[in-house]
Amino acid sequence: MSIRHGLLALLERGQMYGYQLRTAFEESTGSTWPLNIGQVYTTLSRLERDGLVRSLPESEAGQRPYEITDAGRADLALWFATPISRNDRPRDELAIKLALALTTPGVDVRSVVQTQRSATMRTLQELTRLKYASDRPEDLPWRLVLDAMVFQAEAEVRWLDHCESSLVRHRPAGPGPAIGPAPVEAVDHADEEARR
Amino acid sequence: MTIGNGTAPPSGPDGAVLEVRDAHRTHGVGPAAVHALRGVSLTVHPGELVAVMGPSGSGKSTLLALAGGLDSPTAGEVRVEDQPLGALDRRRLARLRRRRIGYIFQNLNLLGSLTAAENVALPLELDGLGVRRARRLAADALAEVGLSELGDRFPDQLSGGQQQRVAIARALVGERRLVLADEPTGALDSQTGEAVLHLLRRRVNAGAAGVLVTHEARHAAWADRVVFLRDGTLVDSTAPLASAEQLLTGSGR
Repeated sequence: MSIRHGLLALLERGQMYGYQLRTAFEESTGSTWPLNIGQVYTTLSRLERDGLVRSLPESEAGQRPYEITDAGRADLALWFATPISRNDRPRDELAIKLALALTTPGVDVRSVVQTQRSATMRTLQELTRLKYASDRPEDLPWRLVLDAMVFQAEAEVRWLDHCESSLVRHRPAGPGPAIGPAPVEAVDHADEEARR
Repeated sequence: MTIGNGTAPPSGPDGAVLEVRDAHRTHGVGPAAVHALRGVSLTVHPGELVAVMGPSGSGKSTLLALAGGLDSPTAGEVRVEDQPLGALDRRRLARLRRRRIGYIFQNLNLLGSLTAAENVALPLELDGLGVRRARRLAADALAEVGLSELGDRFPDQLSGGQQQRVAIARALVGERRLVLADEPTGALDSQTGEAVLHLLRRRVNAGAAGVLVTHEARHAAWADRVVFLRDGTLVDSTAPLASAEQLLTGSGR
């Protein structure tokens, strides 16, 4: 995503100036995605250049509000209607790291897996704690953002469990084709990520 | 993982509720022997919830059975509130299990011919408590799990989630200091499963010690500390989080 679409969605509620947009953005993501004001203004000026928002006259307090244009509204509607592609996401550094650990001499792969799993588990504990620190109805949007992070961390722990089991069966490639099926699968996954 | 020095007073505020010391559990002998646990140590203090994660066959349920006195170690020691379980005779062990230890299993084991309230009161009545007092404590426990109104229902008149809460009330009734849960969210949908964890967490925050066996990271995340078992040994553990008791009090708001 796109801070672009985030700002367009906020402006769809009504005109706002930069600081208001930043505050509203952070509120709607439960501060899990902090923005600096520079990012907000850079994005606004690009949106204006592309005709998706228009700036309004400055207020007496010197604040310049922005409003969404019809083109901006159409762009926003398209964004909501289009599924997010996996290919647009950043490469999975962890998968690549493990694949490399497996083929780099002298690296204790199990220890890499276990260290990562403890760290991810800890993140998951912290997210769970955050999630239950508030159960007010108006917190729903950011609880859902937290849930997304919870499910991602959970998936990572499951994948690391899977790697650990695969490593138990794995015999390092000797002078023959001795690599078991599971580690090959892990490498394939990483290759796939790397090709993106 | 901390190992207590064994001299802590049984009821002292710093005394561990559960201490498993270098526990081994072997089934069978000779070359056919299966080593379910190979030297596991685990200490759980009041107000602490520890999650045990690991694949099937890693020894999770064996560890829980040893902690609850349902099975004994081949070597090593298990202490509950500083009492070595191996040194108790059968009657005293049974009494300790009924009074101080609560079990929550995936298989609920509710008796179909008894009402929810009677199911919850049963361990207390078996323990020789008067029926009226047992029923009053059962009513408290049912209130704790939000089922005050349903005490007169029979298990088959309750939903799966409600039955699970009755089983939890039975595990929490009276003054249980050690609550052991084995995949307690098993067949439940995710919202109901979280309600179960909520109840477990609340009792632990009120001063009990808890051990939660699960293969789901999302559930283990409710714990203060997560330990990983593989092939009967602890391979890894997360550091305890600070201010664990804040989870439900919401004081971080």
